[in-house]
Amino acid sequence: MTLKLPIYMDYHATTPVDPRVLDAMLPYFREDFGNAASRSHSFGWHAEEAVEKAREEVAKLIGASGKEIVWTSGATESDNLAIKGAAEFYKDRGNHIITAATEHKAVLDTCKRLEKQGFVVTYLPVERDGRVNPKALTAAMTDKTIVVSIMLANNEIGTLNPVEEIGEVVKARGAIFHIDAVQGAGKIPFDVNRSRADLVSLSAHKMYGPKGIGALYVRRKPRVRLTPIIDGGGHERGMRSGTLNVPGIVGFAKAAELCRLEMEEEGRRVLALRERLRKGIEARVRNVSVNGSLEHRLPGNLNISFAFVEGEAMMMALKDVAVSSGSACTSASLEPSYVLRALGVGEEMAHSSIRFGLGRFTTEEEVDYVVGLVADKVKKLRDMSPLWELAQSGVDLKQIQWQPH
Amino acid sequence: MAYSDKVIDHYENPRNVGSLDPSEPDVGTALVGAPACGDVMKLQIKVNPSGVIEDAKFKTFGCGSAIASSSLATEWIKGMTIDQAMSVKNTHIVEELSLPPVKIHCSVLAEDAIKGAIADYRKKQEQKA
Repeated sequence: MTLKLPIYMDYHATTPVDPRVLDAMLPYFREDFGNAASRSHSFGWHAEEAVEKAREEVAKLIGASGKEIVWTSGATESDNLAIKGAAEFYKDRGNHIITAATEHKAVLDTCKRLEKQGFVVTYLPVERDGRVNPKALTAAMTDKTIVVSIMLANNEIGTLNPVEEIGEVVKARGAIFHIDAVQGAGKIPFDVNRSRADLVSLSAHKMYGPKGIGALYVRRKPRVRLTPIIDGGGHERGMRSGTLNVPGIVGFAKAAELCRLEMEEEGRRVLALRERLRKGIEARVRNVSVNGSLEHRLPGNLNISFAFVEGEAMMMALKDVAVSSGSACTSASLEPSYVLRALGVGEEMAHSSIRFGLGRFTTEEEVDYVVGLVADKVKKLRDMSPLWELAQSGVDLKQIQWQPH
Repeated sequence: MAYSDKVIDHYENPRNVGSLDPSEPDVGTALVGAPACGDVMKLQIKVNPSGVIEDAKFKTFGCGSAIASSSLATEWIKGMTIDQAMSVKNTHIVEELSLPPVKIHCSVLAEDAIKGAIADYRKKQEQKA
């Protein structure tokens, strides 16, 4: 098989729509285009039937019932609705929210907004391996804690939180437990009852479905209530008004079904590719370090720092490979990845990090090509790195008086 | 980030990568920036007796525009007198490479590196005199 460039290794950012998903969606753009809220004709009935079937399918992926699925526009909206909706509804019980320092911005910035409105937020630190320690959560819980939001899998480093243990802690204190499961759902086994989740955010485009459609699982037994953030026609039992994106919903369901049926085989295959990539790089490049737990990690994630090489320069060198970096130079803020910083990774190593995301359509040929390219380019960049030169001549970089700018 | 063709050219074919012997009396060396900030430049000049920069070398840890800024800086100052080199401004580099606002600090660092290397060379000359 000939290698096709560019190579996509950024599956945490988004995934391509699986052709089987697209096939399932197409009729809902054409003949079955009806509005699922139209009660008076068959166009509406067909759309509604498809939506209700899809609800069951998406629910099945996480061990839930269809009645517990609320459609949204995507994960950011799901996170906003979960945290703002629960905080607002349960504010008579308390004003304290707990989340973790490594959460996605959709969670962190939602919490920051609530802080401005008078809520008190605790941002839990994580262990060096990137995971939340349930003991730290136990210590942070108070009688005023109403919502705890902890992610299933991290989008940068792929580390998995012990959500089942965390769920025990949260429910022992009677707070609402929200899990941002966007990166983990469909990739690893996850069950709303084993984790005792009340609210779970999902997104279709991270699991080979279309962009622009997401879901929020809202527990029915015992019933969890939310104050809506979008008002209107009262769709989705009043929790999220707005005409449903029927083709998107149908695609999401097909994507969830494929993930459920193929998860085991796909997980094994992607993990083998990830390990081939990791071992290949480690065999050919010195001074590299994997960020975050290797054991508790998504199969398709490799986040690795190449000492003495800056991440953005590395990404430019890997121009035929789509990856991302924790380097400040890839963001407008000039701050290196807050996730890596939360792990205690030094700023210089955070600047040197590259995230490889492997997935359903990654091939062995692609992995082997990337290993070779990485080895060549790291050598080239180290040959022009003053830090590499200093380190090779035995200078301890920490002893140099640098001039931060 | 969409870079200009000139940045990409300097990044892919960097001019004057390397090192000069910093202990030589006619070599001036600067090491500017900090690893924690994501960019460090080493720039060296070799000055002949008539005050002309005969050779310039650099090594840079940093993003594409940091590498391009230092590569361009060495290319420009080669053949200049040290007084001419002192007048190279970061704004010239920004203009030549069409650097976006978020990358202006890379050009500032390159200007600092030129000035630092000249200062080091001058210090050596004073000590010799």
